Amino acid sequence: MKTIFEYSTPGLSGVKLPPLDVSADTVIPDHLQRKTGTALPEVTEGQVMRHYVSISTMNYNVEKGIYPLGSCTMKYNPKLNETLARMEKLNTLHPLVPDSGAQGTLEIMYKLGESLCEITGFEGVSLQPAAGAHGEFCGIMLIKSYLEDIGQGHRNEVLMPDSAHGTNPATAILAGCRIVDVKSNEKGEVDADDLRMKAGPNTAAFMLTNPNTLGIFESRIEELTSIVHEAGGLNYMDGANMNALLGLAKPAEMGFDVCHLNLHKTFSTPHGGGGPGSGPVVCTAALKPFLPDPSVKKTDEGYRLVQAEKSFGKLLCFHGNIGVMYKAYSYIRSLGAEGLRKVSEAALINANYLKEKLKPYFDIPFDNGPCMHEFVLSGDRQKEKGVKTLFMAKRLLDYGFHAPTVYFPLIVHEALMIEPTETESMEEIDAFADALISIAKEVDEKPHLVTDAPVNTPVLKLDEVKAAKDLCLVESVGGEKA
Amino acid sequence: MGGFIPAGDIQQKKMLEESGYTTFEELLESIPDKYILKNDMDLPAPVSEMELTKEFKALADKNSASGAVSFLGAGSYDHFIPAAIDHVLLRSEFYTAYTPYQPEVSQGTLQAIFEYQTMIARLTGMEIANASMYDGATAAAEACLMAMRATRKNRILIAGSLNPRWLEVIRTYLTHDDFEIIDVPYMEDGTLDMDATAELCTDGTAGLLVAYPNYFGLIDNLEPISELVHSCGGLLIAAADPVALPLLRSPGNADVDIVVGEGQCMGIAQTYGGPYIGFMATEKKLARKMPGRMIGRTEDRAGQVGYVMTLQTREQHIRREKATSNICSNEALLALANTVYLSLLGDTGFREVSRQCFQKSHYLEKKLLEIPGVRRVFGDTPFFREFVLEFPISADRVCEKLLDDGILAGLPVRELGEGILMITATEKRTKEEMDSFVEKVALICKGAAE
Repeated sequence: MKTIFEYSTPGLSGVKLPPLDVSADTVIPDHLQRKTGTALPEVTEGQVMRHYVSISTMNYNVEKGIYPLGSCTMKYNPKLNETLARMEKLNTLHPLVPDSGAQGTLEIMYKLGESLCEITGFEGVSLQPAAGAHGEFCGIMLIKSYLEDIGQGHRNEVLMPDSAHGTNPATAILAGCRIVDVKSNEKGEVDADDLRMKAGPNTAAFMLTNPNTLGIFESRIEELTSIVHEAGGLNYMDGANMNALLGLAKPAEMGFDVCHLNLHKTFSTPHGGGGPGSGPVVCTAALKPFLPDPSVKKTDEGYRLVQAEKSFGKLLCFHGNIGVMYKAYSYIRSLGAEGLRKVSEAALINANYLKEKLKPYFDIPFDNGPCMHEFVLSGDRQKEKGVKTLFMAKRLLDYGFHAPTVYFPLIVHEALMIEPTETESMEEIDAFADALISIAKEVDEKPHLVTDAPVNTPVLKLDEVKAAKDLCLVESVGGEKA
Repeated sequence: MGGFIPAGDIQQKKMLEESGYTTFEELLESIPDKYILKNDMDLPAPVSEMELTKEFKALADKNSASGAVSFLGAGSYDHFIPAAIDHVLLRSEFYTAYTPYQPEVSQGTLQAIFEYQTMIARLTGMEIANASMYDGATAAAEACLMAMRATRKNRILIAGSLNPRWLEVIRTYLTHDDFEIIDVPYMEDGTLDMDATAELCTDGTAGLLVAYPNYFGLIDNLEPISELVHSCGGLLIAAADPVALPLLRSPGNADVDIVVGEGQCMGIAQTYGGPYIGFMATEKKLARKMPGRMIGRTEDRAGQVGYVMTLQTREQHIRREKATSNICSNEALLALANTVYLSLLGDTGFREVSRQCFQKSHYLEKKLLEIPGVRRVFGDTPFFREFVLEFPISADRVCEKLLDDGILAGLPVRELGEGILMITATEKRTKEEMDSFVEKVALICKGAAE
């Protein structure tokens, strides 16, 4: 497909501005002036629409079909959320207006924060983090600041299981900590004995996703969080999998001290091809004084932006991804407590149904009974026959489905991590299962169909080695360097 | 409640049974009983679409500062947003897609980001750009970390004329004990103090960060700064305002090494501060030190052009603790907004936006200076669309009074004095609005003098 630059005709523009209505008599000093054009494309509005609509049709999306990426919670994004978030008086507000001029938005932020606290059982909240990994950074900074405050600033080790999301170790390093890996046991849960051995006087935090990335609820969670507390560290929950627990259980009650949530997963805000997200952090009362600046407070004179007394700093220029918060608040208001509980119930039912359907055809390395909202298959059986998981993933695209998360978590060989979410119907799940089962049969009977995949996609298998070797990150057509 | 769950009770029961369970509770087997909630959460009762629309409308109406005629900038600007942008953004194919992990069915997102990278590189005059960061401030913080990685040095110099909120974000990000942040003063005319820079720029310096134009709207000459920073082996990071770039010498042309900035001004609503988008551009030789996603062009098996996420071995999902950053989700949909905005405007249109911002701000400044007692704070240093004036009365008072009339007068800069106000005019401000603004300010000043 052509790029937008290839349609360019000098002099065209898709936007007409009113003519300048003041004198244009000021000039920029010559040595500060740009001497060349910007080489931006010059096209009409119609050309812009046709181009971007054309390339959009090459995208899979959740309104086309099931998007079963594990730990990504690709659920349906309600339309009302989009309409409400675009209300003019909500989305034209400057972030630095006086609090009195932003009472509506501040009230939404406050009530969203309150709801997130109720959902998780915590007392403090920061809505500032822009995404999950940003929330993780916020959480670890809270823990570090708290420890420093109580004279335990030397603690710099962050413990995490080998099944952790890649953002967890990267976050701990960004926060200036060291990583200590904790083993998983034969059930796919954290090995409590290993944790006990590794938790000690330098432990700052234990980062855990619960349910974990295998879709398993850590059944010894009380023991795990107690081990860390007894060693003087704090417990961080990566809330990527919160879609399993809404209205069923609260992280705060399990001994976690802080947790981030992904509004763009659990709370139905769209992913947009990779953002914007929003990663609010909820925490215990002990961590509240350290929250990033600002937070929203309810006072007798209305809602106010305030700075926590020992705030560790700022994570964004302004107050957070407000536009995303509007959508999440709309979702919570639409569903209420019972509706949210039903979300998790349906997510669990769908995942277990799909898992049982696939069980006869694939290995499930950690199968201790029911799973939570997702599960992880292994493609080991198929690999022995010469067909890697990657090929099966590509073959799914031919069947008109998106592939699951593959090769993660790292503790499962040839992993296929599957999360159907609650917004898929039984029929859609059946169709997806049938496709995977059919692929498993193809591996036995006509493996080339799988290894040659995909063949029905807008482009065929792409050469990633070439992309890295002949690095081309920008279009050369029409460009002139400024 | 209608809800968004397609499986009804009967179907769910059937699914449970076919999975070998009789009740839902059996699925919670691994959760210790003491943690299973016995009662529903305490949340407000759910409402219908009709009711919620009404509720949101009432909340929106409480935003009394919405719709004010804005002369307030300081990192968020009231620029014109063409209607077509949202029509592209609301394509389900774009906004309900995930990160393009399966490139064969994500070419729309991937190609759009590739085009975005190209536009950012061309605007900044750099060779390459990444797929976006959370906002301008975090992009600046990540650029400081990148400079330290690339030079293996731990000291970063930061111009005192940087947006103070950005500085706070950078201080938060550079939390590691070994990192050192040094503030470089600016001179009376608001530009970087070159003598102080020369003194502070030593062998241990990873780089220097300066805004272009700076927080006060003033335009530093980047070339001598880059020469100085390079002479001690450091990298120059420029935090550029994209709206200024069609008119100002590009950072790449002045030999800057990393360019970051805030993309809100290119087709993104102000929305009380977010979601916004940070951009980052650099030279090809630094590609492997760059944080965040990058989209590269390649070929498929049939030799057809296609796009993929590339150099992923820098990223957290592959590299874990050795990654160049922990960033995962970025601001992909807003990168698309920027791309569509820049496509709609094009070279001519975006230059016109830039020119109108520049000329209108200068017109407004000239008019305000005609009010007795109003003076420039930074002399005749060239500025772009933001400027700082001293008023004979409290700047807070000016803002309060004008907000009553539906005008955002600007941002009081209390650190510089009680009467100091930072003001901006975008292409959206008309002569009439500006004249009326000046008239009102003149009246307030006059009233105070009497």
